[in-house]
Amino acid sequence: MSILPAGEIRKTLLDDRLQTAIYGSTGRLVGKRRESIDDPVAAEFEAWRTHANAIKRHTIENLDYYLEELERNIVKRGGKVVWCKDAEEAAEFVRRLCREKGVRRIVKSKSMTTEEVELNHEVEKDNIDVVETDLGEYILQLAKEKPYHIVAPALHKTRYDVADIFTKTLGVERETVIEKQTMIARRVLREKFLTADLGITGANFLVAGSGAVVVVENEGNARLSSSAPRIQIAFAGMEKLIPRAQDLAVFLKILGRSATGQPLTVYTSFLSGPRRPGEIDGPEEFYLVLLDNGRTKVLQDPAKRQALYCIRCGACLNHCPVYRKIGGHNYPWVYSGPIGAILSPQFHGVTRDPWLPHASSLCGACGEVCPVKIEIPKILLELRRDIAEAKEREGEDRVQQLAFKAWAFVMTHPKLWSLALTGAPYTMPEAENGWIRSVPGFMKIGPLAGWLSQRDLPAPAPKSFRRLWKERQEGRQ
Amino acid sequence: MSKRVSLFVTCLVDQLFPKAGLAMADVLERAGYEVEFLEDQTCCGQPAFNSGYWGEARQVANHFLEVFEHTSGPIVVASGSCTSMISHHYGDIYRDDPAVLERVHRLESRVFEFSRFLLDVAGADEFGARFEHTVTYHDSCHALRELGVKHGPRRLLSKVRGLTLKEMDAAEECCGFGGTFSVKFDEVSGGMARTKIDSILRTGADYVCSIDSSCLMQLQGALLRGGHSVRTIHLAEVLASR
Repeated sequence: MSILPAGEIRKTLLDDRLQTAIYGSTGRLVGKRRESIDDPVAAEFEAWRTHANAIKRHTIENLDYYLEELERNIVKRGGKVVWCKDAEEAAEFVRRLCREKGVRRIVKSKSMTTEEVELNHEVEKDNIDVVETDLGEYILQLAKEKPYHIVAPALHKTRYDVADIFTKTLGVERETVIEKQTMIARRVLREKFLTADLGITGANFLVAGSGAVVVVENEGNARLSSSAPRIQIAFAGMEKLIPRAQDLAVFLKILGRSATGQPLTVYTSFLSGPRRPGEIDGPEEFYLVLLDNGRTKVLQDPAKRQALYCIRCGACLNHCPVYRKIGGHNYPWVYSGPIGAILSPQFHGVTRDPWLPHASSLCGACGEVCPVKIEIPKILLELRRDIAEAKEREGEDRVQQLAFKAWAFVMTHPKLWSLALTGAPYTMPEAENGWIRSVPGFMKIGPLAGWLSQRDLPAPAPKSFRRLWKERQEGRQ
Repeated sequence: MSKRVSLFVTCLVDQLFPKAGLAMADVLERAGYEVEFLEDQTCCGQPAFNSGYWGEARQVANHFLEVFEHTSGPIVVASGSCTSMISHHYGDIYRDDPAVLERVHRLESRVFEFSRFLLDVAGADEFGARFEHTVTYHDSCHALRELGVKHGPRRLLSKVRGLTLKEMDAAEECCGFGGTFSVKFDEVSGGMARTKIDSILRTGADYVCSIDSSCLMQLQGALLRGGHSVRTIHLAEVLASR
């Protein structure tokens, strides 16, 4: 069980440079999204969201059907579908394939699904050189860090950080101009592309009707990863399906806008199997890894399975005031922000990170921007209930349970509540203008301590509303 | 007077900010309503619901239903968040109980957040108020995102004589309160409040106004702690001032 990483969170909050980087980068993404959907061309954006939600709901409700259709179509084109029930199976498949095919070097484009598998770490056990080719991911690989954000993995790094990382790990001269940094990475990565045996990509969408794996990106590295090496693997969570190619229209329109404010990403690749006779490029072998890793468990819950609609745009992170304070690394699993707060407990069980669904002010900004209309705040509330029930079963959190029982008792007995209102002012120290700055040490525990650590506390009104109301009405008689 | 409304002042206003409740009654009377206050009212149940204790939330919600089923007219609430608890989330906590759900549906159509009641039911936006200050309006999250309350409070403020309304750049950003979140994640919550306050300060306003006393409690507490002179005020108090 992971406990609340309070110390780490405090460190993030106190790091001014980091705070500026997170708030600035997410703010820019928020602004770009806003701009792109305010464009008259996107006037139907709300209708697109509704449409996308309907397609996802239909697909997830009929996932078995579409998975089989997808497999038939992939096989028809000469590809292979590898069903993996968990991360271990997926890692084992890749390691075995590398052994059998003599793979020495892997180039990877951005894939959160492979993060679930910790694939780099797994294949490195066999002394295989695995290289991240998305610029952000490459920076993090050099820095030995995990992605900070679903879409912008190095969101927390400034160009000065990148300059330091490149100097230290690549032995190049310190370079702080972003374009020049990109050229440094390009030079290194070109060589890797040309000498890799295996290319691994993620998958944004799997089109059941045509058997296409759709990958969107801005750098061209996914296209290179999927075409230069002789073997290709696409990694996908098994929920990434959409029924037909024409359904892509709406998803491509909402994904780019929600993620980076782009009407469309720079590259949209349709990968569908190995090189066919007569074709001049493309891999000789093509595998699609379909990862379960807990997804079928999520599927069993009708109220919360909508979490599987997620298209990983990152908009909920950018708009989340909590993510914008605590950043990406304080979340316990690969998915951070609001979507991480509802995915992690559903994948791993609610008792593993019970603090996570509570790390939200329930402001609802995430649900408001989600392009597939996942009701994230509602799922957070459902998870909080599941957590409270689990704790009660396990005999934990007794004090809190008792507190709420007592509270409910008072709130269902108006005379007691009235009495509490009358008595409350006497329980608190003297207040200046109605606000309390501090309380005696013995009172500085629990909620009171938490409140006063950040803010002054309103003193209970000397006369409650009900008392003032009575006086008001009596005064009129 | 024949038109009668019943106040739901919320537990927070009853205990901590009674002036907001009285102001609400004043404004409603000026709009031509007879105002009643049922003394048996307590809380909507949201604190338990938000913490995962749906059973306790149902107990308190059931009390709310029993108290207010005795009324027949509109029920006017001094908070967007509590209104949303009743009109949106009672449906969640009673989803497996069709009999209570039926009662909830009958009642919820009579429950109105204060500003929405004034504009949509009373059809009034001017109450002879005067407030010689620069005011910025904070969109409380549940009112904004669950009830769709956005322009109404601004329209009401714009009719107040002497008042200058100044929009802040982060009007829709959360103040960081979030109920128990504010004490469980106190440092994050405090950080969110300070970010919000930065935006408030940039407007140069003397007052930040909202329709939710919980947000105002968070913001006022953090404003005082930060040594800022900006004060918070409930919309009802602005509309009631002369």
